[in-house]
Amino acid sequence: MSEQTGFQQVEILEKFPETLKPDTRPGYSGYIVEPQQLVEVARALRDEFGYDYLSSVTGVDYLPENKMEVVYHFFRTTGGPAFVLKTQVNRDEAIVPSLTPLYPGAEFQEREAWDLLGIRFENHPDLRRILTWEGFHGHPLRKDWKEPFFEEEAKPYKSRWPEGHVYRVEDKNPFHDNVQYPPGFDPEQWSPETDELLYAGLKRVDKSDDLLTEQVVVNLGPQHPSTHGVFRMVAVLDGETIVDLKPIMGYLHRNHEKIGERNTFLQNMPFTDRLDYVCSMSNNFGYALAVEKLMGIQPPERAEYIRVLMAELTRFLNHIFSIGFLLNDLGAFFTPMLYALEERELILDVFEAVSGSRMMCNYFRFGGVARDIPDEVMEKIRKLVFDRLPRKLDEMDYFITNNEIVRGRCEGVGVLTAERAIALSASGPVLRASGVGYDVRRADPYSIYDRFEFDIPVRYNGDIYDRYLLRLDEMRQSLRILQQVLRDIPEGPIMNGKPQYQVRVPAGESYGRVEGPKGELGFYVVSNGKPNPWRYHVRAPTFINLTSLAEMCRGQKIADVVTILGSIDIVLGEVDR
Amino acid sequence: MITGSGILKGLWTTFRHFIKTYLEDIRSGKKRYFTAEGIEMRRSPDVEGIFTIQYPEEKLPVPEEFRYIPFLVYDEGENGEKEIRCTSCGICAKVCPPQCIWIVRTTDPQTGKPIPQPKEFYIDVDICMNCGFCAEFCPFDAIKMDHDYEIASYDRIKEHIFDLERLSKPASYYAQIRPANFAREEAARAEKEAQKAAARKANP
Repeated sequence: MSEQTGFQQVEILEKFPETLKPDTRPGYSGYIVEPQQLVEVARALRDEFGYDYLSSVTGVDYLPENKMEVVYHFFRTTGGPAFVLKTQVNRDEAIVPSLTPLYPGAEFQEREAWDLLGIRFENHPDLRRILTWEGFHGHPLRKDWKEPFFEEEAKPYKSRWPEGHVYRVEDKNPFHDNVQYPPGFDPEQWSPETDELLYAGLKRVDKSDDLLTEQVVVNLGPQHPSTHGVFRMVAVLDGETIVDLKPIMGYLHRNHEKIGERNTFLQNMPFTDRLDYVCSMSNNFGYALAVEKLMGIQPPERAEYIRVLMAELTRFLNHIFSIGFLLNDLGAFFTPMLYALEERELILDVFEAVSGSRMMCNYFRFGGVARDIPDEVMEKIRKLVFDRLPRKLDEMDYFITNNEIVRGRCEGVGVLTAERAIALSASGPVLRASGVGYDVRRADPYSIYDRFEFDIPVRYNGDIYDRYLLRLDEMRQSLRILQQVLRDIPEGPIMNGKPQYQVRVPAGESYGRVEGPKGELGFYVVSNGKPNPWRYHVRAPTFINLTSLAEMCRGQKIADVVTILGSIDIVLGEVDR
Repeated sequence: MITGSGILKGLWTTFRHFIKTYLEDIRSGKKRYFTAEGIEMRRSPDVEGIFTIQYPEEKLPVPEEFRYIPFLVYDEGENGEKEIRCTSCGICAKVCPPQCIWIVRTTDPQTGKPIPQPKEFYIDVDICMNCGFCAEFCPFDAIKMDHDYEIASYDRIKEHIFDLERLSKPASYYAQIRPANFAREEAARAEKEAQKAAARKANP
């Protein structure tokens, strides 16, 4: 496949010999294009060369060179490696043409880049802050922005050792509260004008008949039990029908990426657990891959098998959990959920015995995993994988699949077509339930996934019911992989070399991506040879899957919104980062 | 298919789940609840029926690798004095992701040279994220992760910064909560000592 892609890349270069300049910085790859030509190149990539999937859009602040760089990762849904495109602008007037008209999936990612890095995207339909609040001061991922309680540019902090006289950081703040207000700002006097702007940005329908009706704006959330966390949707209703809808997030925002840039490479590992806290093992996997790519190391054989074992167990527990939650959203209050939680509990016991923690596993290390699996735990995994989980999965299938209420509520609701799913950069079960068989494990194999025999399930209706069925299919495939892993797992070391707390990462960039249970989870890491990353970006699958929420909801009833959101399977820890 | 059969199937599944708990209760008699054996039974992969653990009357035994707030290991001397293993080298403070460890190194008042012992040692447990890096990278096996997860208190400000006194726990406690790890580390240490002794014998 890579040969073919190489051929394709030559063709692209022939078409734009002047515009595309190879990125020659050591450790970097891809091509640099002037902002004026960006749209032209992207259009050609999409329409002529088949790079129909814009996976990741992010910015990097190169403060010493006074440059702001926007990095695009294009993929083809037929598989193969990335086409990396970059454009550089002056930091002080960072204006880049928006790719949202071409790739609607860039919408939220460009808003995020505007919010956190202050890159203005021209022609973006709705360029507002997305993760921080409306009155936020500055753009936090810029290198010259300092957070409240700022101590030093990079950890470890000098105040901790050898003269580590303890103090509580809150005691230093005159407000005794973790808030920094811009000058002249009084929180008591402030009311969100931007909400009015937001409401004005929503679409309405023209009513030409004589009936006097009014369209209402309804806020679902942020405090609403169905939103799986703190998440808000603003919907315009015509009667009961959704005319337009916008998701509003960021209530759980903690600037994960800024924290990541202060941390050393290894210190980031436990922080990745807290992204999608249901599947911390998958998050570890993606981050470990990205940094290992930079370091140029490979984990030993047994560690590779353990990694796949953990990742697939995670996929199983996430899917069964999300099916349970979906039923909750449908009104089957907690009975299916608890059946799902029972199985999850047993898998979490395994994680706890292996990694020391049920959810915040922090199990992967660069070049291996933290510790070996004890024999008795291996025995337990065998029992689960060969006996209990397949049985319980069939029971779940029998329990739910043909239930008339489930079918009535889910079939034909929240439809996303294949073309729109690709255009909106949906990934994971949402994409595959719409008829696109795109799975990173097969399209761009990582780790040792090329050794196992498994299918990529695809469903074609793109509705909630198909997303549910697809998750069942994927769990079956995960069990298939797990059975092969348990059959083949070799003995041997689990770590490449001696465990080190200060890893040496050469300068360069890398994009490590895994097929997480919720979709394509990517980590874009830039190193400048120092102990901590220069840039650390997470391509969060559920954040980007939410781009298609409005599309799925339009024309549906208000009562179905909750279920549609449940079928995307979001985790706010990852959406808000 | 008859309409409603799907719902009936679902109800049959819930009914089976409901009945199974009682059947299990009858089958295993009184030992299913409030006994160690019963808890083990209810967390095995063969368990059927409801397997809720009635915390706090019952507690799930934690696996050896379970990690919670770190503690400092001390060896007990002949007269019961505490010989703390920590040398205040600062690796735990450097590797700590949320930077919750604070160490003051002891210095010799006469020469001003550092003495390998912590004068003060603090862990802000409100900030600690229980990642276990400090225990993983400590070269002296001096800081280890605890199993005691019931540390709720009434005063967040005063009681949530653990000092040297509160953090210190004997090596016997460590051996009790992590027997396999303890045995492995002791063996490694004994081997190192033997090597050192052999080297000393070879070139005195």
